[in-house]
Amino acid sequence: MEEMKKEPAANSEYVLEVKNLVKWFPIKSGIIKKTVGNVKAVDGVSFKIRRGETMGLVGESGCGKSTCGRTILRLLEKTSGEVLLEGVDVFSLSKEELRKMRPRMQIVFQDPYSSLSPRLPIGEIIGEAVREHHIVPPEEFDDYITRVMEVCGLPEYYKERYPHEFSGGQRQRICIARALALSPDFIVCDEPVSALDVSIQAQIINLLRKLQKDFGLTYLFISHDLSVVEHISDTVGVMYLGSMVEYAETGKIFANPMNPYTKALFSAIPIPDPAAKINRIILEGSIPSPANPPSGCKFHTRCRECMEVCRYAVPEWLEAEEGHFCACHLYDDAEAKARAEQVMAEAKAKEKEAAETAKKEAG
Amino acid sequence: MLKYTARRLVYSVIILFFVMFLIYVLMSCMPSGYVETKARELASRPGATKSYAEWLDDLNAQYGMDKGIVGGYFIWLGNALRGNWGDSWAWTIPVTQEFHNTVWYSFALGLAAFILEILIAIPLGITAAKKQYGFTDYFTTVVAMICISLPTFFLATLLKYVFAIKLGWFELAGMQSRNYMNLSDFGKILDVAKHFVLPLITLVVISIGGLMRYTRTNMLEVLNADYIRTARAKGVPERKVINHHAFRNTLIPLVTMLGGSLPGLFSGALITETLFSIRGIGYASYTSMTQADIPFIMFYLSFLSVLTLLGNLISDLLYAVVDPRVRLN
Repeated sequence: MEEMKKEPAANSEYVLEVKNLVKWFPIKSGIIKKTVGNVKAVDGVSFKIRRGETMGLVGESGCGKSTCGRTILRLLEKTSGEVLLEGVDVFSLSKEELRKMRPRMQIVFQDPYSSLSPRLPIGEIIGEAVREHHIVPPEEFDDYITRVMEVCGLPEYYKERYPHEFSGGQRQRICIARALALSPDFIVCDEPVSALDVSIQAQIINLLRKLQKDFGLTYLFISHDLSVVEHISDTVGVMYLGSMVEYAETGKIFANPMNPYTKALFSAIPIPDPAAKINRIILEGSIPSPANPPSGCKFHTRCRECMEVCRYAVPEWLEAEEGHFCACHLYDDAEAKARAEQVMAEAKAKEKEAAETAKKEAG
Repeated sequence: MLKYTARRLVYSVIILFFVMFLIYVLMSCMPSGYVETKARELASRPGATKSYAEWLDDLNAQYGMDKGIVGGYFIWLGNALRGNWGDSWAWTIPVTQEFHNTVWYSFALGLAAFILEILIAIPLGITAAKKQYGFTDYFTTVVAMICISLPTFFLATLLKYVFAIKLGWFELAGMQSRNYMNLSDFGKILDVAKHFVLPLITLVVISIGGLMRYTRTNMLEVLNADYIRTARAKGVPERKVINHHAFRNTLIPLVTMLGGSLPGLFSGALITETLFSIRGIGYASYTSMTQADIPFIMFYLSFLSVLTLLGNLISDLLYAVVDPRVRLN
């Protein structure tokens, strides 16, 4: 596998830069399919991932983590924003250029049962794209696939077998081998262990870490399992309803979560000690619809520390302490506070005006 | 695989035995039997020497109808197994000969329609699925719905009116032109082929919609699967995603459906054949049925039963070919 240990292109410290990425799914209705609204699955997310590092992306179900991962790889078209992979804007590429680019950015899906074509043998699943992209010369092809499989803990004789003959853990190894065979720089791991047993989860996580060390891979690790994220990630981003609410290095964010949502989320991590007293923050209500998110701070409907300003002004993305970003009015500096209050005052004035008009019409 | 096939064949023989028995019982229970009709006709002839009851007994003995249903069935079965399928009552020639005279027209028509149906409907279904909710999709859906809803007689009449009467490109009905006998061998083939164009269009148009929708539905299901997303993510060209990954998986339900249409190739198209005066098996079997021609109907339906069972067996065997998850044992 020596050929895969490539020197970093070294043109930039960051493999991936996501700038203000937005992905809305239109809601269509009526015969002429008029767009009547948008599901704001990803609503302005920005982050960067350093070479050879893993960023964990966490949040509850339906908060837009997976959509974010898929849009970054342009498996879905963006609504706006920018994604730079090794400095190349993924969305500016033509179809053919994008296809040529595919080997450098790969994805491992959550469900290893449905993400392998039932009609193809393993060797073909792993090798198809290798051949397609001429990753290795044809005479080395067989040997190369065997080595990729070995690295992922799959014996060579599996090549002729079909996906249904394998267990979940083995299938996920196949998915990883498939992604790895293309010699990528960057892999989106979209909840790669959620569908697996805990014992198998550990194996897969350790395999991913080993591959990262050996081949200098960069991961975006999407998960809702916080202990897994803590174990594998260098940095962590927390998403709520399509927006990033907090971002910091793993140590920092777990030691000192700032955003009330992050606090509530992290308080749900089980502690393996029966004597330990857990002070769980139970969030009330369910996650609001991303088609019609609450005004101001999206979390204000469920937040324990909700202030008046939260209902009107969207919190700014600020560096609350060094390398620790957070979007919450609790951590506003003086300038941000002033701006937020002004927004609130304007919104209130409008509200009052609307109420008066309504009164007049009623009277 | 061999063992499986052998076992299935044994089952098929048992099923066949009972199917033919059922058909025989049904045929014998028809309210107006061939023998009754014949006896009444003979008895009412001027100068008839025997009464209806006497003729009935006489004819029943001649046609072997006096042994009861079970007895009659076994006599018929014994003869059939020896290859003697008897003479057709309605056509007064051996049933195999009448079958041979008619089936090949139906088969040619059915096969041509079947091939055209596959060649047109499957690519259309795939295209519609690829462009789901696009113009192409809606357009093909509307066309498919029209095709499914058109009654055969209406479409056939419409085609005749436009292409035979108004444009005069084809003849209204029949299988041969008046100067058929003067044509060369090649000319004869062309002449018959020309007469088959309108019936063929009729058959293809009415069958195309169903298969197209079926292909579209199955293709859509496959296109939404995760492994298609995987294939796209690994940068496989779109053409290959569709042909290599998606269509192969769509084949599984398609094979079942197409395997089931094997008997359809021989059963003939009753309405179309009648409308275009084609002396095919569909028309012949209909005539035989109305005259309670037991030997011919027994032969025809046994033949179709064999084909149905074979079609099922073939599609089961094809499963193992198109779907590696299926192991036959």
